[in-house]
Amino acid sequence: MANVNFVLNHTPVAVEGGLNRRLLDVLRTDFGLKGPKEGCGEGECGACAVLIDHRIVNSCLMPLANCEGKDIVTIEGFSETERFTVLQKAYSECGAVQCGFCTPGMILASESLLHANPHPTEEEVRIGLSGNLCRCTGYNMIVKAVLLAAKEGEGLW
Amino acid sequence: MRDISTSVPKTDHWEKTAGTAKYVADLAPEGALHALTFRSPIPHGEIRSLVLPDLPEGYASVDARDIPGKNGVHIIQDDMPVFAERTLRYVGEPILLLVGPDKTVLKRLLSAIRLETVPLEPVFDDRRADVWHHYVKGDPDQAFARAKRIIEYEYQTGLQEQAYLEPQGMIAIPEGDKMTLIGSIQCPYYVKNAVVPVLGCTSDKVRVIQPPVGGAFGGKEEFPSLIACQAAVAARKTKRPVRLIYERPEDIEVTTKRHPARIRLRAAIGEGNVVEAIASDIRLDGGAYLGLSNVVLSRSMIATTGAYTVPNVSCSGEVYVTNTVPTGAFRGFGAPQIFFAVEMFFQHLAKDLGEDPLAFKLRHLAKQGDLTATSGTFRDPILVPKMVKRALEMSDYQNKTRRYSGESPYRGLGLSLFFHGCGFTGSGEATIIKAEVQLRKNADDTVDVLIAAVDMGQGAKTTLAKIVAHTLDLPLDRVRFPYPDTDVVPDSGPTVASRTVMIVGGLLEKAAQKLKARWVSGVAVQLTERYQPPEWIKWDEKAFRGDAYPAYSWGVDVVEVSVDPRTYQVKIEGTWSVYDVGKGIDERILEGQADGGMTQGLAYGYMENMEIKQGVLRQRNLTDYIIPTACDCGPYAVEWVENPFVYGPMGAKGAGELTLIGAAPAVAAAIENAIGRRIRKIPATPESLLELIEYGKR
Repeated sequence: MANVNFVLNHTPVAVEGGLNRRLLDVLRTDFGLKGPKEGCGEGECGACAVLIDHRIVNSCLMPLANCEGKDIVTIEGFSETERFTVLQKAYSECGAVQCGFCTPGMILASESLLHANPHPTEEEVRIGLSGNLCRCTGYNMIVKAVLLAAKEGEGLW
Repeated sequence: MRDISTSVPKTDHWEKTAGTAKYVADLAPEGALHALTFRSPIPHGEIRSLVLPDLPEGYASVDARDIPGKNGVHIIQDDMPVFAERTLRYVGEPILLLVGPDKTVLKRLLSAIRLETVPLEPVFDDRRADVWHHYVKGDPDQAFARAKRIIEYEYQTGLQEQAYLEPQGMIAIPEGDKMTLIGSIQCPYYVKNAVVPVLGCTSDKVRVIQPPVGGAFGGKEEFPSLIACQAAVAARKTKRPVRLIYERPEDIEVTTKRHPARIRLRAAIGEGNVVEAIASDIRLDGGAYLGLSNVVLSRSMIATTGAYTVPNVSCSGEVYVTNTVPTGAFRGFGAPQIFFAVEMFFQHLAKDLGEDPLAFKLRHLAKQGDLTATSGTFRDPILVPKMVKRALEMSDYQNKTRRYSGESPYRGLGLSLFFHGCGFTGSGEATIIKAEVQLRKNADDTVDVLIAAVDMGQGAKTTLAKIVAHTLDLPLDRVRFPYPDTDVVPDSGPTVASRTVMIVGGLLEKAAQKLKARWVSGVAVQLTERYQPPEWIKWDEKAFRGDAYPAYSWGVDVVEVSVDPRTYQVKIEGTWSVYDVGKGIDERILEGQADGGMTQGLAYGYMENMEIKQGVLRQRNLTDYIIPTACDCGPYAVEWVENPFVYGPMGAKGAGELTLIGAAPAVAAAIENAIGRRIRKIPATPESLLELIEYGKR
């Protein structure tokens, strides 16, 4: 069986076969990365989101075959960065975390948004996060957190 | 000392942001088998025959015949079987589990089961009432006989799905004759007390552990007991750990939801346009099994005059049983339905009587010392007039209302007044729950909080530890609140009914005061505190008479909407709320409750639509059951008034449910004012607005 080669959390990896397996299952089962969560399995909720080449992608909709040559970062990899430190502080200060199930995906969506647009307006933050569902907050505290992170992390993105 | 309300970072913040928190689906005990559920395809009928495919080595089926004890899930009414035996009562009712090492193989095996049924006529309407209550206050017959005018309307509310982001899940681990359950739950002891009679074992043989819970909102109050019983039976049979983890479509199809309600309200109007009496008829759809429905109905009935004092009341309520998925607990627990109906009714009464709705409501508002609908007493100060004044200022209500007063301005404001009875209804805390908490002071002068309260996102891990630390004058990091494990913690009751801070937090405060008095540095000590009801709580369960709750939290919501004149899409332009929750234990956590509660409540009023056709749910995932995204939530302005409750910790009352309750009537009233047509049914979706604009009453 052919190997699929990609970079996972800054380390090159090779995964054997099962080309139509969901990236979510590969991450959770083969690599034991439990940060990406399965919330809906249909690409609607964003709890399974990871960064692929710096863009937010629902890993439940990503077949392994399409990962060849990609640079994939999960919350486990991202949580070692300075940008994560700024984001998690802002999330804490704004009360953006309740049950935490959407949080890894939401943090990565925030990173993806700020990477593309380091100085977003509130409207742009709302659109940037609209692929990630949260049921505990009304998003307002998350939106505030992203705006605060953009300010506090000036120059990082 | 710092004010307790001053926010602190949440104690579980790091594990949740860094993604290291292990939820139930993240756990895989050595040798665990997966489990999938085979379910009824029909709403009502009997099993004629069931043929399993040949099961490969290592695979097994588990059904009612494998239950060592009783085939019933213990909750209040124990009417739901763990596995259906012969009669099938709703589409999705569990018949058996298939367990085995490979989920793909299980899916194939599941689709190869051959089931033959004898269909019976399903019931989807309210002809089969299973619970019925009635109570009276004053002399409603005489008030109606003397009335200047009698006005009557009917109100309807729909199903609502909790849609916690983490689907339901349970793991059962057998070790000798002991069974350990780890699950996404709100009530560790509910699960334990349900599994014990099903396994037919003694209480010490069942242990329940709560990992981080990815949201619950009532949806993980009763349902987890069912899957815990199933997983435990499967684990007992196979002698292997069993993981029963739902995927989203299954979760939506078979878990409990908010009761749809049909509420008729009739008012006797006397001199000066005063509401002299209300007669109400409240009907809740319980689905196929009652479970907690009786208590949900009680909460609706008790609030049948809303935030108002009405001297004469006749209230009837019933839960009817249908061949649909069982309904159950959902944040608010019967209150969102009745407050929608009563708030719209008061607005409609005012309009029929040619009065300004706000002035009409304020004239009837309950005051300290008034009798409640159940003839109990509102003992504590009611600050609603002051809260209304503030909400009007914040929202610029009067000016905007004038500005939007044309025929169909497609923009409007709505206002709601509401309360939430905190804690269990009536004498439940004293007679059913009998909560117990423990504090353990270790030799190193740290303190462990030993309680069964669950943090499901609402921040209990932080707020409860904070109450203890504050009382003991300790830094917060010296107080630990580990995830509950029933082998270690006493039964402090379920995490429901906005009771956690007020009741459990109150007990912890008392325990901490005692611990402080006995504090000797370097010496370990453990003490227990048990619930004692305030002696003035008198509640007659049969007559529905007396003090239904020890305390009430109050709220005022103003909502502004615009309605697209072509598509009838509703947009939330802003919300302004003022709440009285006694005393806030952590401002930021409270703000989170307000943010989420408002969003769920608004969506209940205008967005979240769930329908059942011939017993089959038409919404199957988050792609067709639409919940709000970041783009749907406008800015919310929130303020809190302090009104300390003498029996609450530092004066705190309940907060978690209150913030949801007023949103639906406020948004419905705003839409009504925007389109110039009466709304008596939620959700007010664009389709229903189209119908109203064509045919509705002005």
